[in-house]
Amino acid sequence: NPNHRCMHLEVYQFLLFLIASSINILITNATINMFAPSNPTTQTTQPIVTGTTILGIKYNGGVMLAADTLASYGSLARYKDVRRIQKVGDRTLVGASGEMSDFQSIMEMLEEMHQSDMNQSDGYFHTPCEFFNYLRAVMYQRRNKGNPLWNQLLVAGCDKGKAPFLGYVDLIGTAYEENFIATGFGAYLAMPLIRERWSADMDEGEARALLEDCLRVLFYRDCRASSRIQIAKATSEEGTLISEPYELATEWETANYDVRHPTTVALDGSSW
Amino acid sequence: NSEMFRNQYDTDVTVWSPQGRLHQVEYATEAVNQGFVCLGVRNENFVVLAALKRSPNDLAAHQRKLQKIDNHMGIAMSGLTADGRSLVKYMRTEALNNKYVYNTPIQGSRLVADLADMHQQCTQSYVRRPYGVGLLIATYDQTGAHLYATEPSGNYFEYYAMAIGSRSQTSRTYLEKEFEAHAFAGCSQEELIKHALKALAASLAGDMELDKKSASIAIVGKDVPFQIVENDGIQRYLDMIVVEGEAEVDTEMVIENPVV
Repeated sequence: NPNHRCMHLEVYQFLLFLIASSINILITNATINMFAPSNPTTQTTQPIVTGTTILGIKYNGGVMLAADTLASYGSLARYKDVRRIQKVGDRTLVGASGEMSDFQSIMEMLEEMHQSDMNQSDGYFHTPCEFFNYLRAVMYQRRNKGNPLWNQLLVAGCDKGKAPFLGYVDLIGTAYEENFIATGFGAYLAMPLIRERWSADMDEGEARALLEDCLRVLFYRDCRASSRIQIAKATSEEGTLISEPYELATEWETANYDVRHPTTVALDGSSW
Repeated sequence: NSEMFRNQYDTDVTVWSPQGRLHQVEYATEAVNQGFVCLGVRNENFVVLAALKRSPNDLAAHQRKLQKIDNHMGIAMSGLTADGRSLVKYMRTEALNNKYVYNTPIQGSRLVADLADMHQQCTQSYVRRPYGVGLLIATYDQTGAHLYATEPSGNYFEYYAMAIGSRSQTSRTYLEKEFEAHAFAGCSQEELIKHALKALAASLAGDMELDKKSASIAIVGKDVPFQIVENDGIQRYLDMIVVEGEAEVDTEMVIENPVV
């Protein structure tokens, strides 16, 4: 699916849109800096505190989300214990990349929906699919107003006795459902690994191992990733379960920029 | 005694009577009771609505009393059908909006609760009058088959079976008897439709008979999207209950006239 590969393009497209709409003001103000945000107090123009990849895969019996617990402040690894995967109600998980404050705002919105369900006390609760579609409508509406919630979200969940659900929705309102999804750098680094190893009847152990391997590769290669990770699952019988954060085992012996372990690399330390 | 002073407290819906009644709301309920009968009956898989249509004169078509809200929901109305149509418009908008935002058919109990709130608002406003229509709402949603009834007062209840409108008491009596016997459990679509038509026939005045022009039914349920059956489509069900009615009469005669 070609749409899945252009994950970052639309972010730049969005910036271009904002720039185009502010060119008029820039010209009149005779300023040269094209990237100066024109309405930062009323419209989101760039994310500040950000989370990186979220991974999601369906397996035999449920669906899993995985992420690290880092929120970066630009290039600073600032908040080391951020829960980027959270649950809504008993059956739904939401994972977010991008601006963390917007994620908090989204969680408030979803919590309100769930609270309203509880107050009705008629035995009916919104399903993962309904939370997903609600977010889709909200994200697209915000995009149309030029004030997006700067996130790429994975919504996962499993209703009792029903098939597992996994969906993606992002800051410009793109929304789709799939068997496995990765946001951010994961789309480039993790997806090939998942494509090779995924099958519809994977069991939980296999799924967990696959996700850990992907997160390890991401920690090696994504500069905004950390090795402190969480894996969450949603199953038909047990509802949702989010693990406590734990450290991934990593190996740096093969790092070929280290002169203690010379390998066949170019003298300038680069490697292909 | 309260009847005597009724007229002093019944002009505005915002005025209580000394007996603690809102006469305007009661008058609105009276409008529902004057309408032609409609009824609903459900079991665990299906809900059937039945309505008696009337025509103002022989030249006119019979007025439609069953309306589809969505593929999983429909209503029957009794009373001021113009009020009913306005409520149907609201329900359809809400159902469609829910499908757009949540990609799911709207939960019946939620829509009915909103509908009832709308009714109640008209009983507490100086510039509005209560809705003069009773609705029977049939839905099959994520929690199964349901039948609800709303009233002009803003009250609503869920039912296994219910009939409203003129002479609906006889229909209710038939439904109660059948419910006590077997609660319609395990009835097929066809059996449930026949029960509804028999209940409808029970409310007919004098020597009127159910015909395909005046009888209409609708069914919704598990794997059965809401559909209205009327005119030619309903004739086969009417034939079925006529045959059964005759069979019943024959057996009665045998018992009461013992062979000598």
